[in-house]
Amino acid sequence: EKTKENFFSKVTKAVAGRSKVDDEVLDDLEDALIMSDVGVDTTLEIIKRIEKRAEKDKYVTTNDLNNLLKSEIEDMLVDAFDQTYKTFSLPADKKPYVILVVGVNGVGKTTTIGKLAYNYKRMGNNVLLGAADTFRAAAVDQLTIWSERVDVPIVKQDMGSDPASVAYDTVLSAVSRKSDVVIIDTAGRLHNKVHLMDELNKIKRVIQKVIPDAPHDVLLVLDGSTGQNALEQAKQFSSVTDVSSLAITKLDGTAKGGVVLAIAHQMMIPVKFIGVGERMEDLLIFDKHEFVDSLFKQTS
Amino acid sequence: MFNNLSDKLESAFKNLKGEARITDLNIATTVKEIRRALLDADVNYKIAKEFTDKVKDKALGEKVINSINPGQLMVKIVKDELAELMGGTEATFSLAGNPTVILIAGLQGSGKTTFSGKLALYLKSKKNKSPLLVAADVYRPAAIDQLHVLGSQIGVDVYSDRESKDPVAIAEAAIKEARAKNKNVVIIDTAGRLAVDEVMMTEVKNIKETVNPQEILFVVDSMTGQDAVNTAKAFNDRLDFTGVVLTKLDGDTRGGAALTIKYTVDKPIKFASSGEKMDTLDVFYPERMAQRILGMGDITSLVEKA
Ligand SMILES: Nc1nc2c(ncn2[C@@H]2O[C@H](COP(=O)(O)OP(=O)(O)OP(=O)(O)O)[C@@H](O)[C@H]2O)c(=O)[nH]1
Ligand SMILES: Nc1nc2c(ncn2[C@@H]2O[C@H](COP(=O)(O)OP(=O)(O)OP(=O)(O)O)[C@@H](O)[C@H]2O)c(=O)[nH]1
Ligand SMILES: [Mg+2]
Ligand SMILES: [Mg+2]
Repeated sequence: EKTKENFFSKVTKAVAGRSKVDDEVLDDLEDALIMSDVGVDTTLEIIKRIEKRAEKDKYVTTNDLNNLLKSEIEDMLVDAFDQTYKTFSLPADKKPYVILVVGVNGVGKTTTIGKLAYNYKRMGNNVLLGAADTFRAAAVDQLTIWSERVDVPIVKQDMGSDPASVAYDTVLSAVSRKSDVVIIDTAGRLHNKVHLMDELNKIKRVIQKVIPDAPHDVLLVLDGSTGQNALEQAKQFSSVTDVSSLAITKLDGTAKGGVVLAIAHQMMIPVKFIGVGERMEDLLIFDKHEFVDSLFKQTS
Repeated sequence: MFNNLSDKLESAFKNLKGEARITDLNIATTVKEIRRALLDADVNYKIAKEFTDKVKDKALGEKVINSINPGQLMVKIVKDELAELMGGTEATFSLAGNPTVILIAGLQGSGKTTFSGKLALYLKSKKNKSPLLVAADVYRPAAIDQLHVLGSQIGVDVYSDRESKDPVAIAEAAIKEARAKNKNVVIIDTAGRLAVDEVMMTEVKNIKETVNPQEILFVVDSMTGQDAVNTAKAFNDRLDFTGVVLTKLDGDTRGGAALTIKYTVDKPIKFASSGEKMDTLDVFYPERMAQRILGMGDITSLVEKA
């Protein structure tokens, strides 16, 4: 939990040991939030909430202040409706459960898929991978290596073939193999490239030809070191694919990933997973209590 | 959000009409707007503060001449300061040494392998060089294959050793190979690594000390947020890199990390990478980057009006 501990340690420092909400506390808080990539709008929103609460509950002790800040921020993070992912089990009425993984270039989609496959398999599920990134050099090879590592089957075609056709094959194959969960990799694409975003839409439509209510989860992978642009990524990917959950990667570094607060708050998308390394074991379930708790762990 | 900083500045200055000079007091809103724009662009918050303070100092005491809108005056000061910061001395690229050795380093997924391919193509087609690409990432699944695919796309040889788990030895062997095969540039693609990963940071330092590169390029994703300052510092402390490569500029990020890095390590930004295809490599234009960070596509025309 090393990552989570330093996640917002700066925030803790900002308010720890203070007994009232004065301008200095708020300034420190502002700096700490900005420094964690929370962004100006969301930071101001948090500060406004704190000010309001502090006005209402007149006497604020250090402890109260920490709890207050904690609950205000926690309120900004939405829960997923379906919580099965927390134990890597699957909703009984959706079989095969189809997860479509999307995101901009190099954020960690393929690696996250390897980690998810490992965890779902570990919990006794039949996993199938679909290599629908047919564009980036050696993308299929990369996912193939992950499938071997985790020992799960993979559906693939040649490089350069139609990604929608791979997705279709994959879902079809999942149905006939009676897979429990299908995870489809897609090529990284910047959200401002219209034709590439349309391609995602096509992938989705083709999947629905086989399973009308699929994909059951569209997982947007965000790089934890990305700044405010992540917000635009979430908006654009949502508009073409109805993103239903988020994974934040690379939180084993010094980046804080605070922009996720803005995204979760503004767009009501739950964060499900965080990536904390390059090995298949390096995936954690995002827990907002823990996340915000770690925010307020007293640093001596 | 993008194009309205100039509007905001203009309106912030409306209430200044009739005042003779720019003062601390009447400039406060403007300074705040500029700082806000920088933060929205992911410029490090400390640097944003320092920068706006500097701009303020420059503007203070300036006479508000009737013919020049003070908003425009301010815009000009900001733009000039930023462009100077981003550019500074002219960036050179060393092709000395035989072979010239170029080491590529950076965080995971920043675009190192793709850039390595682009640089090889650029040196081959524009500089008449005969490059050798070196696959020194022994960790990422299919990293070696990825470089081989790119190499064959651009018709450049790739050195790799699938049996070896030692990037230092691979780099060394590659240089021997380059000499034997009359290659005059060696581009070493390394694995992505986090600045806090001691073992991996030591590894890349060892590669540097063994092969003595003419150029060490730090590859950064232009979408990077506040963490850019830590990463740039850590890589520079270990490698004393010679230049920076900004990637994924074909996106719509404002790219404030560029300013953060320039400010933090004062190393030139040597290339701008803007696409997945091998021919999407640009030289870096400080002026354009300054405008992009401020989100002011229209800034030039605005100043020209002044
Ligand atoms: N340190 C760290 N590295 C990660 C994490 N997740 C992924 N990576 C690394 O980030 C790099 C990019 O990961 P990929 O999984 O290839 O990313 P991608 O989104 O599939 O990339 P494209 O398909 O090229 O768009 C690789 O070097 C991964 O090992 C993480 O949680 N922590
Ligand atoms: N749109 C766009 N994509 C880019 C650019 N540069 C690299 N990419 C993409 O970003 C992803 C990661 O690029 P790589 O070259 O594999 O990154 P890397 O730094 O070598 O990654 P690791 O070796 O895993 O650390 C790939 O999908 C590339 O195609 C760029 O300038 N623009
Ligand atoms: Mg991938
Ligand atoms: Mg690479």
